[in-house]
Amino acid sequence: MSNNLQKKKIDSATILSAVIVLAVYALVFLAEQTLPATSMLFTVLKKGATYALVAVSMNLLNGFTGLFSLGQAGFMLIGAYVYGIFTIPVMSRMDVYQYYNGGLVQFTLPVFVAMLLAGLAAAFFAFLIGLPVLRLKSDYLAIATLGFAEIIRALFQWDKLGPITNGSNMLRLFPTFNDFNIRGADGQVTVYLSTLMPLLISGVCIGVIILLINSTFGRALRAMKDDEIAAEAMGIRLASHKRLAFCISSFFAGVGGAMLAMYQNTVQAKSFTTAMTYEILLIVVIGGLGSVTGSCISSFLFVACSEWWLRFLDQKQVLGGFEVPLLRNGFRLVVFSIIIMIVVLFFRQGIMGTKELPDLIRGWQGRGKRQAKGVRSK
Amino acid sequence: MWNTVFPYLLSGISVGGQYALIAIGYTMVYGILRLINFAHGDVFMVAGIVMVYMAASGLPLGICIPLVLVITALIGFVIERVAYKPLRTAPRMSAMISAIGVSYTLQNLVLYITGGLNQIYPTIPWISSSVTIFGATTKMVTLVTPVLTLILVVALVWLINHTKIGMAMRAVSRDFETSQLMGIKINRVISTTFVIGTFLAGVASLLYFTNYTTVIQTSGAMPGLKAFVAAVVGGIGSIPGAVVGAFIIGIAENIIKGLDIILFRLGVIKGPMGLATFSDAFTFALLIIILAVKPTGLFGEKITDKV
Repeated sequence: MSNNLQKKKIDSATILSAVIVLAVYALVFLAEQTLPATSMLFTVLKKGATYALVAVSMNLLNGFTGLFSLGQAGFMLIGAYVYGIFTIPVMSRMDVYQYYNGGLVQFTLPVFVAMLLAGLAAAFFAFLIGLPVLRLKSDYLAIATLGFAEIIRALFQWDKLGPITNGSNMLRLFPTFNDFNIRGADGQVTVYLSTLMPLLISGVCIGVIILLINSTFGRALRAMKDDEIAAEAMGIRLASHKRLAFCISSFFAGVGGAMLAMYQNTVQAKSFTTAMTYEILLIVVIGGLGSVTGSCISSFLFVACSEWWLRFLDQKQVLGGFEVPLLRNGFRLVVFSIIIMIVVLFFRQGIMGTKELPDLIRGWQGRGKRQAKGVRSK
Repeated sequence: MWNTVFPYLLSGISVGGQYALIAIGYTMVYGILRLINFAHGDVFMVAGIVMVYMAASGLPLGICIPLVLVITALIGFVIERVAYKPLRTAPRMSAMISAIGVSYTLQNLVLYITGGLNQIYPTIPWISSSVTIFGATTKMVTLVTPVLTLILVVALVWLINHTKIGMAMRAVSRDFETSQLMGIKINRVISTTFVIGTFLAGVASLLYFTNYTTVIQTSGAMPGLKAFVAAVVGGIGSIPGAVVGAFIIGIAENIIKGLDIILFRLGVIKGPMGLATFSDAFTFALLIIILAVKPTGLFGEKITDKV
């Protein structure tokens, strides 16, 4: 906390963090041009980028503001649908909305405009739902937002809204991450961007969130988390700050929803269950409530483990003629849940606690200096 | 008109009774620990799975049923000891996250054991048989549920008001620390609460799955949430409140399922509106309305926060 109160100045640790992030982007770009596009690495990076954004947006509420919200899946659903509805090419609409005569919307927006709109729509719904529920205390708020997500899920499946939402049928044929690849005249991909773009989009969004967290507004949110009554006494308007934090978080959850739609190639309301919110919450907890870096790292770890590294647990493995017992479909998830429970029970700080990447580097630098001094004094 | 509404009303009362039994578990735990036990709905589902495997192992149902109830209560006890007790002094959010973690774990464990397939619930004779009452055909369980629920609730209220452990529970829910100072063995009280709560969830699972006939790892989530909403609507911490809330939700939900037909017969609407989609959503709308208008619920006590 103490470094928050000091005058902001850009120190070497911050610069080094920026360099690390840029280096990661450069590496991803290079990897994408050289490795085959079907590599699991890219799947993990794409989904990880999506989850990272949603996790950070949830962390903004649960970790920084102390509002325990479980409506993330609902806001993602809104984002995913708004994106899908406005980007399906007009000529494909007849195929997608086959039961609704081509649907009501008969125009197409550019991808980035639609993503922005996805965020704004989610934020608008957040504003509406925030009016009654944000007055509630911790667990009541959790259950009310959770209920809201369920209402949204039912609403989007309602047959009467079919001309817009396609009812309980899926939306498809809209632009996906693969459409970011630059193709030559012959249709061959010349520059692969399908992994870099989602990472960039989510990076920019997370960057905005970090700026917010380090602003006066962000400090007000932290004050509210520590003690609402004290914060109010210091002149922070609780209601408006909570509402704004809730809307901002939902905005980014909406953008994340749009990204999830692009990742999945299809959108269907029934997949946005409370289980999805729980999953994101667990990501946030593993990373550390109150650490943006932690949320990002744990998103990629979570996705990598569930989609890639722990896959072997789901298949029969034979080691030296001995068949390892217990391994069959679903075992991966059991191992996974046990790891999560261990983190929740014994490592409540998560991976990062409330530290960020620059803090870590400062720690290393400090240790290095101390060691150097120790050597000299001898 | 009556003939149209009655079957829905009947199944509403039945489902309401089942929700009531689950809701009691939520409301008792919340009353004592101020914790939303998100895993409660999954314990209810696990009870169903245990029953499936027990019956498949060839044990007679007369032994199966009590054994399932005992095992379910034991699961509740173990969950509290492993996942909630270490976090008793931690912030409330940690305990709630732990509850979500337990829910995730139970679901994945069942997914692993069953392979993610629908399990056919064993037929319990007598309560699965069909009966016709006032012209509506239904399973016996529909009639048994509300009666059994009321008997269990009366027994529970008696237990809370007239026994030593009940008195301890009331004291703990009133003031955790003071009751500890007065020599109440807090761990025993909390464990008893969990055992009672999960036992009732076990009973509810017998009735519920007899009606719905299949169990899958996610089948506890929705009833669990609805029962929790029932507990909030009735005023969390209050047992009669939970029961009333559960019946309101059960009946409303089933009426909405049939609302298209009912409104059509009444001549209000011309064609199907697809309103049944909202049978789940209604529960949560009710929750938000109640929380906005009367956050303490129908029977809840007013709590003032001290600085």
